[in-house]
Amino acid sequence: MNREDFEILKSDIIFFDNNATTFKPKEVVDAVVEYYTKYTSNAHRGDYKTSLKVDMRYEEVRELVKDYINAESSKEIVFTSGATDSLNMVAFGFFKNILKKGDEVLITKLEHASNVLPWLELESEIGIKVKYAKLDENLKLTPKSLEESLTKNTKLVSLAHVTNTIGDVRDIEKIGEILKKKNIYFVVDAAQSIGHRKIDVRRSNIDFLAFSGHKMLGPTGVGVLYGKYDLLVKMHPTRVGGGMNSYFESDGSFMYHEPPSKFEAGTGNIAGVIGLGSAIKYINKVGLKNIEKHDQELKDYLLKRLLEVENVTVLNKNAESANILFNIDGVFPQDTAVYLDHYNICVRAGNHCAKLLKDELGIKNTCRISLYLYNTKEEIDKLIEVLKNSKNIFEVVI
Amino acid sequence: MDKNLRREIILDNFQNPFHKKDGTFDGYIKINTNNESCIDNLDIYFKVEGGYIIDAYFNGEACAISTSATSIMLRRLIGKTILEAENLLKNYQNMINEKPYDENLLEDLIVYDEIYLQPNRKNCALLPSKAIERLVKDLKK
Ligand SMILES: Cc1ncc(COP(=O)(O)O)c(C=O)c1O
Repeated sequence: MNREDFEILKSDIIFFDNNATTFKPKEVVDAVVEYYTKYTSNAHRGDYKTSLKVDMRYEEVRELVKDYINAESSKEIVFTSGATDSLNMVAFGFFKNILKKGDEVLITKLEHASNVLPWLELESEIGIKVKYAKLDENLKLTPKSLEESLTKNTKLVSLAHVTNTIGDVRDIEKIGEILKKKNIYFVVDAAQSIGHRKIDVRRSNIDFLAFSGHKMLGPTGVGVLYGKYDLLVKMHPTRVGGGMNSYFESDGSFMYHEPPSKFEAGTGNIAGVIGLGSAIKYINKVGLKNIEKHDQELKDYLLKRLLEVENVTVLNKNAESANILFNIDGVFPQDTAVYLDHYNICVRAGNHCAKLLKDELGIKNTCRISLYLYNTKEEIDKLIEVLKNSKNIFEVVI
Repeated sequence: MDKNLRREIILDNFQNPFHKKDGTFDGYIKINTNNESCIDNLDIYFKVEGGYIIDAYFNGEACAISTSATSIMLRRLIGKTILEAENLLKNYQNMINEKPYDENLLEDLIVYDEIYLQPNRKNCALLPSKAIERLVKDLKK
């Protein structure tokens, strides 16, 4: 779909690494360039026309994000440098101050490093316990298995909405309902879902939501932390400085702004935020429902075709998102990636930053294909043809 | 070197690597080596006596280039003194990085003399050399 909007697709690249990052439509690039060529100024400091324009654009994007995830107020939208930054802020600015020794945080072994390491840090810093929820035989986290994994000490559940490895789509609405009843905090890592399917933070009772712009057609270096307003009021800024304080005096007194400003110390990624706004407008125009449908059809097609290839093993036949892990039998994934790259097909090889996955899958490294709106069946056909001819792989990679 | 022969040597060392075995044994120094940007991850074990590397083996997961380079490298290192190992390593690194090197000294390690044509694989070829660098450094202390 919409391939003509992506300048980069004019080269003959086949990009199957959309979980890592996504291409940018011309509109997004133009919005960033326009800021740098037409109205470069700092935000929140405006005494002149271009600065005022920056302020307006910046705050407009907050509104766009608010509507995109159905937050109650744009004051609940904090701009960050990405999902990793957002999750770190939640762990160290909020939970570090309210959790006590022995409290438990429940995650899964399929989480991305950015939703594991902050909690392991808190485990060693303040003595909380990191627990891993039970998964079913397809490594799926069901609301039922999640509920069974809760204990009386569980204070917080932090989950990827969609995992970047096996493509499990968690039922966050159901899970949110369960956690609300039990008064347990709910943190959602939406890095892999935000550009692919609808998220409604209120309907799912989400306390904190984290995502990155670059995985949803936006620029790198910008992301969002959503937090319920009363929680943001209690949360501490993990960075302090200009733009976020009301006053500070030589007698040592100081006061910070209200959220979200409190969490946006220093000059933000203005071009990035403006680009993110443009990406959201673009996705709204295309329609998340259409993207989801396209993802689904392509994924089914990819699976069907991969199963035709004799020496290829698919490791997550039950993937729900458009994200397939495979290996060529007897070939190290890195070598497969180099082989495919020879034909201009980009796939990711590795553990995909989910280093605990090996405990569950029994395999450390895989090749990953992750699809997005601009991918096509023809590209998949090309991949299959190259894979079917992979008997000569070492002639290519060595 | 002939392209096919080069490939044959690399492939043979990948598919039937020299001294690749699991387990830990007494008297060996274990050194891990991995590439930050990718997934190659090997443990190399050295047995050093009287200033000589008298044995070495390795295990772990790595691509064709990293595995074969480790295999060939270990075969060449066994029997060498630490100083000889250091010298071999220096010449090997020079070759990978397109600097002058002594071809005779490197023997079959020269199968990687064109790896610079694939910049993304230079680190694969250099994977074992990181571990040997550490070994030499530790032993010279
Ligand atoms: C599930 C998941 N969470 C978090 C992240 C981190 O995103 P970023 O690197 O943009 O901060 C990623 C990125 O791969 C991811 O896949």
